[in-house]
Amino acid sequence: MTDTKRLYRANRRQVLAGATVLAGLGLPALQTARAQLQANPAALALAIRKVAGDAEVKTGRVKLDVPPLSENGNSVALTVTVDSAMTPTDYVKSIHVFAEKNPQSNVISVQLGPRAGQPTIQTRMRLADTQDIIAIAELSDGTFWRDVRSVVVTLGACLEDPV
Amino acid sequence: MARALINVPAKAKRGEVIAIKTLISHVMESGFRHTSVGARIPRDIIDTFVCTYNGEEIFRAALHPAIAANPFITFHTVAAESGTFTFQWTGDGGFSQTETASIVVE
Repeated sequence: MTDTKRLYRANRRQVLAGATVLAGLGLPALQTARAQLQANPAALALAIRKVAGDAEVKTGRVKLDVPPLSENGNSVALTVTVDSAMTPTDYVKSIHVFAEKNPQSNVISVQLGPRAGQPTIQTRMRLADTQDIIAIAELSDGTFWRDVRSVVVTLGACLEDPV
Repeated sequence: MARALINVPAKAKRGEVIAIKTLISHVMESGFRHTSVGARIPRDIIDTFVCTYNGEEIFRAALHPAIAANPFITFHTVAAESGTFTFQWTGDGGFSQTETASIVVE
């Protein structure tokens, strides 16, 4: 073995050893980040309870539009439409959106009135992981309606890209 | 002063439902991120957005950290009379910005 080759081998060994140490350090950190992303049904139930109280939240009348697959959780388009005539006596009072696996369940809450004309809102949200999104609408007659859609997120927001 | 984009039709027929699109540049720092040395980055978001039409509130939104950076919000209203829309965003650290747009209703 020539001197150059020996030198190269030594470097290669050092690099590999260094990589192993790095991997060892990185893995637990990654696992902790993953562990935080478990769905938190209690927090979600509490957030919904704050909105709906003890009223029954029925399925229907609300249409939640989200892409079934999202490459980047940092910006996911979202459209909520409610089936309502929007007359002064029958209108949508509010629309609330929740994400079950985000560190905080609430996404957006909007207050509408009969002057809204059309109960449709659009925005962009962050998603930490693949999860279910829930939209709840409160109507002027005091009933609550909901729609649930699941979104597959390839790269989650919040926990990636440390500054 | 953050840059805000507002899209309101210049003209509308009376009783017509119009779409209003708003976008404002803001980091919407969630408060859940950490720096590479582990320090938590404090939350810095816009938490309230209000739209008034000739002084009457027609739309109000409470935003949470799950709203993407540069919050984009679209909503609708019925064009009732000519006048102005006032848009106000308020948030953490005393953030407050007001913009206006006018409409002619025929």
